[in-house]
Amino acid sequence: MKRFLGFVRKEFYHIFRDKRSLFILFGMPVAQILLFGFAITNEINNVDIAVLNQSKDVNTQEITQKIDASKYFTIKRFLTSEKEIEEAFKKGDIKAVINFEKDFSEHLIKEGQGSIQILTDATDPNTASAITNYISSIIQSYQQQQNQGVQMDYQIHPEVRMVYNPELKSVFMFVPGVMTIILMLVSAMMTSISITREKELGTMEILLVSPLSSFQVIVGKVVPYIFLSMINAAIIIFLGITVFKMPIAGNLILLGLESVLFIITSLALGILISTMVKTQQTAMMISLMGLMLPVILLSGFIFPISSMPAPLQVISNIVPAKWFITIAKGIMLKGVGLGYLWKETLILIGMTVFFIALSIKKYKIRLE
Amino acid sequence: MGILVENISKSYKNVAAVKDISFEVKPGELYGLIGPDGAGKTTLFRILTTLLVADKGQAKVAGYDVVQDYKNIRHSVGYMPGRFSLYQDLTIEENLNFFATIFGTSIEENYDLIKDVYEQIEPFKNRRAGKLSGGMKQKLALSCALIHKPKVLFLDEPTTGVDPVSRKEFWEMLKRLQQKDITILVSTPYMDEAALCDRIALIQEGKILEIDSPEAIVKKLPKKIYDIYASNMYGLLTALKDFEHAHSVFPFGEFVHYTDKREGFDSNELKIYLENKNLQDVSISLTEPDIEDVFMELSRK
Repeated sequence: MKRFLGFVRKEFYHIFRDKRSLFILFGMPVAQILLFGFAITNEINNVDIAVLNQSKDVNTQEITQKIDASKYFTIKRFLTSEKEIEEAFKKGDIKAVINFEKDFSEHLIKEGQGSIQILTDATDPNTASAITNYISSIIQSYQQQQNQGVQMDYQIHPEVRMVYNPELKSVFMFVPGVMTIILMLVSAMMTSISITREKELGTMEILLVSPLSSFQVIVGKVVPYIFLSMINAAIIIFLGITVFKMPIAGNLILLGLESVLFIITSLALGILISTMVKTQQTAMMISLMGLMLPVILLSGFIFPISSMPAPLQVISNIVPAKWFITIAKGIMLKGVGLGYLWKETLILIGMTVFFIALSIKKYKIRLE
Repeated sequence: MGILVENISKSYKNVAAVKDISFEVKPGELYGLIGPDGAGKTTLFRILTTLLVADKGQAKVAGYDVVQDYKNIRHSVGYMPGRFSLYQDLTIEENLNFFATIFGTSIEENYDLIKDVYEQIEPFKNRRAGKLSGGMKQKLALSCALIHKPKVLFLDEPTTGVDPVSRKEFWEMLKRLQQKDITILVSTPYMDEAALCDRIALIQEGKILEIDSPEAIVKKLPKKIYDIYASNMYGLLTALKDFEHAHSVFPFGEFVHYTDKREGFDSNELKIYLENKNLQDVSISLTEPDIEDVFMELSRK
């Protein structure tokens, strides 16, 4: 045990004396969470739009005012003819144009329907569809106001309610996602690098010719990173709660325990990588390319798994991050407990055991 | 409790690194493996320190088989690899402490054993290992290899890249360690260090050429060695190689070491031959052979 502790102490020396790894360890999580939280966002907020009002009557004025008054849109300019629409988009400073047909009020009163054209810049499809939805719903609510007291035969107005993230705040989706990326990268990359560094510097040769068992070396490498990654997870959750006012619906302790489980899964992956490669460079490349891409693309962090082609959906099942994101979202946003998440938890445990067993089998007790 | 090597062979893919090597190191002996780079010394060390498994043959270290009892060997030997292999970001003291701890001992417990070596670097004990000079690194590595009081000490080219003064000190330290019942196997490409060992094995291209004490090995040399000097070294070498009675010719410091094929050799005849080749300041004198001469002679075959 004393030998083991001596080894762990040495690992801590390595980590705290290497400015670069310290920066990756603690700088990256903070930078990423702030970046994702503030800069990269799908939210609709003060979007600049233009209005082409060919009718200029009471109704169109009211609708325009209503749209301008909402916090989602700002009317940047008024156009005078349809020819100007394309030019306006090309300038790039507006995201949508609302085009009222001629004699809008007249049509509305006489025929019972008026037409409004909504044009959006679909170079960013997610934002475009969000904009159309928002504008449509503003117009719809205006319509309801107008119809109050008027008897209509049938009227359906769907009431859409977004549950779990009612304000559609994308940062709430990013916090679990970023947490997954950070824990995965830091744990897997740092362990695989620290083990291959011993190989590269030749110190592995001396460690092998010592009474330390392979189990002691592996666990000794992992223990410091479990602690540090836990601190990381705590920093991310703390930033989510304080900076982004994210409510944690579920049990924090359960979230903590699941995070530890996922950290161990990632560490096991890191060890597995290091048993297969010889240099720090390859270890880093494999961790970055082999882990980061699947975590971002196939875990459901950015692209919903349900809208992927079938083969990718199948592949996504072997990405550990997919299961942890499900767990993290479940606890943070839905507030569900282990009763709902036991399946995902078991899958993660299974993967961890598999990775560890494989690494111990592959770990070489000699040089070749 | 020494080392016993029997018919060890080891190949990497198609290249044979060690070919059918056998030798024995007696307990408490200071044994040298002498040979140029690529002779197979490091491979042999790695087989004996359980880092590699030989293709053929058997070996025992401190009474344990290198394959079956590898765990026992890892408890009882000290190993200093050819490349400096300590933690550069740890200080002298932290490195030493680390190796003491993983071997289940402490610096205090075996201080008397490393005192000789460690005292010289102790004033810098808070300096990081990466910032040390070659000689200091080597002393630290030796301290780390010794801290658990090993029965057998493996030193793979310990003096490569170390200044002559430190080299000399280092060998004096080895001599003193030997008094403390530690069997030492040391490899070196420097022939002058060979003379300091109890016994040496000359090794080249994976084969052992000769095993004996340094004095006995030198005596086995059948030829007389001549130091030949001329102002033009290159001209001298080519002229001697063209000489019809030349047996061996190789540069040795500022001289050329020369042996003749014939029993009765007349140095005047050679001097005239060389002066006819337009060489100036020619001098020829008989000299004492050393291990390098033996090595060159043996490796000719």
